[in-house]
Amino acid sequence: MKAEDDLAANCAHFAMCSRVWYKSSTPSSNTIGLILLKALLSYNYNIKNKDLFVLTYGALVAQLCKDYEKDEDVNKYLDKMGYGIGTRLIEDFLARSCVRRCHSYSEITDIIAQVAFKMYLGITPSVACRNSSRNEFSLILDKNPLVEFVEELPAGRSSLCYCNLLCGIIRGALEMVHLTADVTFLQDRLKGDSVTEIGITFLKKLEEKRYRRKK
Amino acid sequence: MRVRSAGRGGAPGARGPGMADTALFEFLLTEMVAELWARDRDPDPGPRGQKTSLSALEGMGFRVGQALGERLPRELPAFREELDALKFLCKDLWAALFQKQMDSLRTNHQGTYVLQDNSFPLLVRMASGVQYVDEAPKFLAFPCGLLRGALSTLGIRSLVTASVTTLPACKFQVVIQKS
Repeated sequence: MKAEDDLAANCAHFAMCSRVWYKSSTPSSNTIGLILLKALLSYNYNIKNKDLFVLTYGALVAQLCKDYEKDEDVNKYLDKMGYGIGTRLIEDFLARSCVRRCHSYSEITDIIAQVAFKMYLGITPSVACRNSSRNEFSLILDKNPLVEFVEELPAGRSSLCYCNLLCGIIRGALEMVHLTADVTFLQDRLKGDSVTEIGITFLKKLEEKRYRRKK
Repeated sequence: MRVRSAGRGGAPGARGPGMADTALFEFLLTEMVAELWARDRDPDPGPRGQKTSLSALEGMGFRVGQALGERLPRELPAFREELDALKFLCKDLWAALFQKQMDSLRTNHQGTYVLQDNSFPLLVRMASGVQYVDEAPKFLAFPCGLLRGALSTLGIRSLVTASVTTLPACKFQVVIQKS
């Protein structure tokens, strides 16, 4: 299958580009000390903590593309793995963030965007509410570190939701705090859309609905 | 739900945002180990099935190691010697990835190196002691591949294996392959 090779090639291509960029800057002094210092400084700049996660994720997607022919199967698998991660990540998140109790889906979505995404991925998606009953929300990702090394989807993989792990993570984490939600990608820049948008639909429990109606 | 803070120190909230970067990688790796292991549960489980999972993990580590290796500066005169490349990995690569250096590097000067990490972050989450020693190799396959991949971009072919005696300490053995 060529698909996963393309993905790996993309990975290596971007990594190579950053090395070429470094090479083009010339050291101002010939002393070994300065060269070493400059190299170490650039080195620290060249590899970020996040890179390990992003590159590993890329390798995982490539492996899954090798194992599964259909995009839907890869997407499902990524979502399933994300779910497993989410159920464990929530504990880590609550320990680090000390968030207070939320009183609305809107507050929860804000926390996902402004605290969780910021903490783990270093980005803050913007939040939009999609309906009047205020249980459908969108996270709009302007930047997405997961796709830093991915220019485009590999050939023959046009339905691949590259970042589907994120949907599973959100879904799993929410379930651990007794909230059920549907989380999917509504738009994806990798598929040619103008933005990347994650839709979160909080599913109301029946008892809650009855309670609300009574009011 | 009590919060596990083994090896990471302190009260909840004390971990700080910096640690969150590796947290996501650790969660991903744990999930990958669990999933690959579950998938290899074929009708004939045993050493062969385990071997497939380990080599898949090692292979992924290799690709990531290559990509990371590509970003290392290679113009240093220090890299002319094999030992310096190994030292660079032990200090700089390890520190960039795991916020700590390897604790020791030994060699027989004949192409075999033993890298020891007394508190390998990927193993710290598992309980300290000997109970989970059997599980540890699953988590070490990926870092072995990482080292092998980084070395390969530095032009060095190698075989990397790992062993655990007492968690969270582990040793990586690097044997240089002469072509």
